[in-house]
Amino acid sequence: MAEAYDDIPGTTVFDHRQSRLGYHLNQFCMSLMKADNRERFLAGERAYLDEWPMTEDQKQAVMARDYNRMIELGGNIYFLAKIFATDGKSFQYAAALMTGMSQEEYAQMMLKGGRSPQGAQTKSEWVGQEPYRNRSEPKPNG
Amino acid sequence: MARLTAGIGCSHVPAIGAAWDLKKTGQDYWKPLFDGFEFSKRWEEAEKPDVVFLVYNDHATAFSLDLIPTFAIGVADRFNPADEGWGARPVPVVEGHPELAWHIAQSVIQDDFDLTIVNKMDVDHGLTVPMTLMFGQPEAWPCKVIPFAVNVVQYPPPSGARCYAIGKAIRKAIDSFPEDLNVQVWGTGGMSHQIQGPRSGLINRDFDTAFLDGLTRDPAALSRMPHVKYMREAGAEGVELVMWLIMRGALDEAAREIYRFYHVPASNTAVGHIILENPS
Repeated sequence: MAEAYDDIPGTTVFDHRQSRLGYHLNQFCMSLMKADNRERFLAGERAYLDEWPMTEDQKQAVMARDYNRMIELGGNIYFLAKIFATDGKSFQYAAALMTGMSQEEYAQMMLKGGRSPQGAQTKSEWVGQEPYRNRSEPKPNG
Repeated sequence: MARLTAGIGCSHVPAIGAAWDLKKTGQDYWKPLFDGFEFSKRWEEAEKPDVVFLVYNDHATAFSLDLIPTFAIGVADRFNPADEGWGARPVPVVEGHPELAWHIAQSVIQDDFDLTIVNKMDVDHGLTVPMTLMFGQPEAWPCKVIPFAVNVVQYPPPSGARCYAIGKAIRKAIDSFPEDLNVQVWGTGGMSHQIQGPRSGLINRDFDTAFLDGLTRDPAALSRMPHVKYMREAGAEGVELVMWLIMRGALDEAAREIYRFYHVPASNTAVGHIILENPS
């Protein structure tokens, strides 16, 4: 069923649809809360991921650190944060990555007051404005 | 009797905690933000609350997808700062107030709000960052804390109207607690921010300003704002602001704004802060 928030561009609301898709992906992320598991994951990512009943697409997205793809496949950002924390990266690093901007460009945008809400509230007004080039991002209006 | 004297709204960005813990508060990037809380720290030193009822959200720390309580009240003696994936913050253990917490749980549930009762729970940056901003770095926190965790991770979170109403029920419970205690209610999270997907970095100063204005002047109207409006205009994660309405619901309608601070950016987020006092 379509939801009112489906029209918000560049955004995936973690609703019942996403939660069902991403349950095992997100629970794998939770396992990285333990230092032992973080070490074991970093020592052999594929083997660690194979312990979880995740889809192959989800495993590939994790190994590629493709956060937009992980979100598309049901990942929630607060869970995915356990992956970039394991890599020693910050929320700002991950956010910049998801926009397709460089770290420096993104940090400058934030220092100048952040991304403007003008032209970023509906998919129709967002067309052509996306600063990113990400293979996994569905086409606006698509 | 216990007295609810004030409410505080405060963002809880994890990078603020990291900046504090790594002693970066004097750096150009962070100084304006921490300066904005100097008034509040002095004010708290004078106010000396006995208990803070602290509304926050857990960020996939104590609660995974195995169990997702909409409203969870911590009734334990103590709550440890959580290891969120990079080690626990070096802040004091959070001491609870089980007697008041249980009293509130009993009263609020009997008023038809079905709370989840939690005896064991680590608390993440959602709770400890506002503590740092309001109290600095004491050896022990200067007051007891009742953690009140609200689900804003799994859509849908509770509505603004539900949050506002539960705030009123919490107030009724505090008013009927027989011990003489100075109690504050804090609402944390927000303000505008988005930290997922290609629209990450969205900040909406006009939305945030209107929210702060409405919070004091017409919270009943503000409480009717639908989730989609928060997410569209204030960023997907801006919906955390519904938690501030619990704080506002607990205060008198005539509560007075005595301090406001707004700063962009802290990492990806607009930081908002407000202090509202009940008429004495």
